[in-house]
Amino acid sequence: MNPNYIAPFVASIKNVFSTMLQLEVNVGEPKLKSASEPTHDVSGIIAMSGEVEGTITLSFELNAATAIVALFCGDKLDPSSPDYVDAVGELVNMVSGGAKAKFPQGGSVSISCPSVIVGAGHTVQTRSDTPCVLIPCTTDCGELTIEVAIRENTTQSSSETASGASVNV
Amino acid sequence: MRVMLIDDSKTMRNIQKSVLRQLGHTEIEEACDGQDALSKIGSFAPDLVLVDWNMPNMDGLTFVKTYRKANKTTPLIMVTTEAEKARVIEAIKAGVNNYVVKPFTPDLLGQRIDETMAKLAAG
Repeated sequence: MNPNYIAPFVASIKNVFSTMLQLEVNVGEPKLKSASEPTHDVSGIIAMSGEVEGTITLSFELNAATAIVALFCGDKLDPSSPDYVDAVGELVNMVSGGAKAKFPQGGSVSISCPSVIVGAGHTVQTRSDTPCVLIPCTTDCGELTIEVAIRENTTQSSSETASGASVNV
Repeated sequence: MRVMLIDDSKTMRNIQKSVLRQLGHTEIEEACDGQDALSKIGSFAPDLVLVDWNMPNMDGLTFVKTYRKANKTTPLIMVTTEAEKARVIEAIKAGVNNYVVKPFTPDLLGQRIDETMAKLAAG
């Protein structure tokens, strides 16, 4: 993956969290994720299509997600609540939307509506032909990761197909 | 002022509602996508519409294009994560009056609402 696609996600998560949550994000060293490596307990997933295709996953430790959702919504919510899921989805939406605006080629990229998984032990498996870069993040609310599994799309015909991830629980 | 909020995220609608109430606007109708908005907008007759872009069933751009066929005057503000210049131009061509990129501060949203309404009042 072109490393220039990683920096936009770092900038975007810092911007989203500082603007909407007044929460500082410390970003660690990005690394390649192994295929079977589990994500955290709560994952928001969004697909990208167009000149770049693949998936973005924002994955939180349960305690971190609960604290961050409380900051975002102004109320502590139960993870089983639809509003909790909605908030996690909106966070991955804003992080992905902000990042794609800063992609190096500046081309046309669309994002899907988000999906959210709540539950310990799930894995998000991305396309086997697309490496997944894991960006570890630490906040005062706990830890989360951004998992970036995208690639430049060289074929026009597949530009309108959102590339989904599969989930194992 | 009567305001319609169109966003599939209840969290974002709540945040925008809070900003609107701080600005003194309490007559608010909510819709979760473009289709839902079209079914409600005739009877609610808003003075201002805030509309997201990426939504299921009918996205915000399609809503704007459809609504503008019947209503040329009610101000529309797009509130979205779509930040690319080409998207902003596309939305303005479709008929939006102003544009707010998420994430936003309450001050910024309030400022865009005020400037949109002031421009309308100035004719």
